[in-house]
Amino acid sequence: MAGVNKWFGELHVLQDVDLSIARGEVVVVIGPSGSGKSTLCRTINRLEPIDSGEITLDGQRLPEEGKQLARLRSDVGMVFQSFNLFAHKTILENVTLGPIKVRKLSKGDAEKRARELLDRVGVGEQADKYPAQLSGGQQQRVAIARALAMDPKVMLFNEPTSALDPEMINEVLDVMTSLARDGMTMVVVTHEMGFARKAANRVVFMDGGRIVESADPETFFTRPESARAKDFLSKILTH
Amino acid sequence: MSDVLENIDLFVDGYLTSLKIILWALAGSLPLGVLIAACRVSPIPPLRAFGTFWVTTFRNTPLTVVLFFCAFGLPELGINNSFFFFGVLGLVLYTSAFVCEAVRSGINSVPAGQAEAARSIGLDFSQGLRFVVLPQALRTVVPPLGSVLIAMFKNSAVVGAFGVGGDLWSTGLGLTSAQGYPALTIFGIGVAVGFLCITLPAGALLQVLERRVAIAR
Repeated sequence: MAGVNKWFGELHVLQDVDLSIARGEVVVVIGPSGSGKSTLCRTINRLEPIDSGEITLDGQRLPEEGKQLARLRSDVGMVFQSFNLFAHKTILENVTLGPIKVRKLSKGDAEKRARELLDRVGVGEQADKYPAQLSGGQQQRVAIARALAMDPKVMLFNEPTSALDPEMINEVLDVMTSLARDGMTMVVVTHEMGFARKAANRVVFMDGGRIVESADPETFFTRPESARAKDFLSKILTH
Repeated sequence: MSDVLENIDLFVDGYLTSLKIILWALAGSLPLGVLIAACRVSPIPPLRAFGTFWVTTFRNTPLTVVLFFCAFGLPELGINNSFFFFGVLGLVLYTSAFVCEAVRSGINSVPAGQAEAARSIGLDFSQGLRFVVLPQALRTVVPPLGSVLIAMFKNSAVVGAFGVGGDLWSTGLGLTSAQGYPALTIFGIGVAVGFLCITLPAGALLQVLERRVAIAR
């Protein structure tokens, strides 16, 4: 993405943001509330349209609307803070809906693949339940399986553990760490510094709608350059 | 009571004619109302404007005016058909605006995250609406939609008055004004019971439906 700007009314939430992410790279975006990190994440599959600048994915510029945008989104997995599993569908149906309707897989093939993915994220036994019957951690792992079922080129995680009880955070982070190890390209907006240290190739620090600092985790956490990052880290790492 | 029983054949015919008007109007206004609701929430501005125009027009015009336009205005434009057709058409147009707004309130009750999740796995707008949003909207839509539809059932009496004839209302009118039967028994028992035989089962059916579509969030 290059020179990306976005306003919410008067508020300039993204200011001249330049960021490029290589295939297989895991980028963790951190920063204080309101820094624009969630918005940044949501612009990548155009859940938030941008006002100026350019975002390209795999050499292709993001389409404005319609079928082409839908096709692009099918290649970009997204995991939300609030899970957003389809409430009226079973866990299995949640994972097969995209492959059947978008990828035109047969029901049998889609279900076979969905069960593999649900086993992989450790919720295979819950396939026939409805989302409301699962714990938050289980729901979020289903949401990851639902995104993976589309064989995405990149996965976006928008604060995936922020709505979870502390003991459920790890089960989700473990799945994400294993994905990162398998070479998935990932953009992760999070407050989990442990995950950033362990799994990230690069940490991007945002504040006030700008990317303030971008470095590998070791450098960022031990020798941050900007005063803003030092201040932020001193507040969160003292606990 | 004997006034009604003497003419029970007429009332049964009237009941069936009213039911026919209602079923046709149902078959027309439900899908049309859902379609207009889809327009109103669509990402395409001209479609949204069209939906708003439709609702504004038909929700704010008295039913009798819509029916007048259909039954007498359309023939002047060279469109000819039976009074039954024009009557049902008017009722469909009028009711679709209310169906649309009931459905739209249901769509708005579905959390925005559901539509975002649908988009994020690559469903386009209409797929997201059909597979994710509308099925969940249905459960909040049933009670307000029920009121709209029952109002439509009763409005079929107005359609009957527009030259269709033979429905419950017209039967009652014929018996009282032409044959001198007392209005008290004919309308108070015959016509009213006839309508209750439509609206009460419909209400019961709606309650069953409401229970069946209830899903835990």
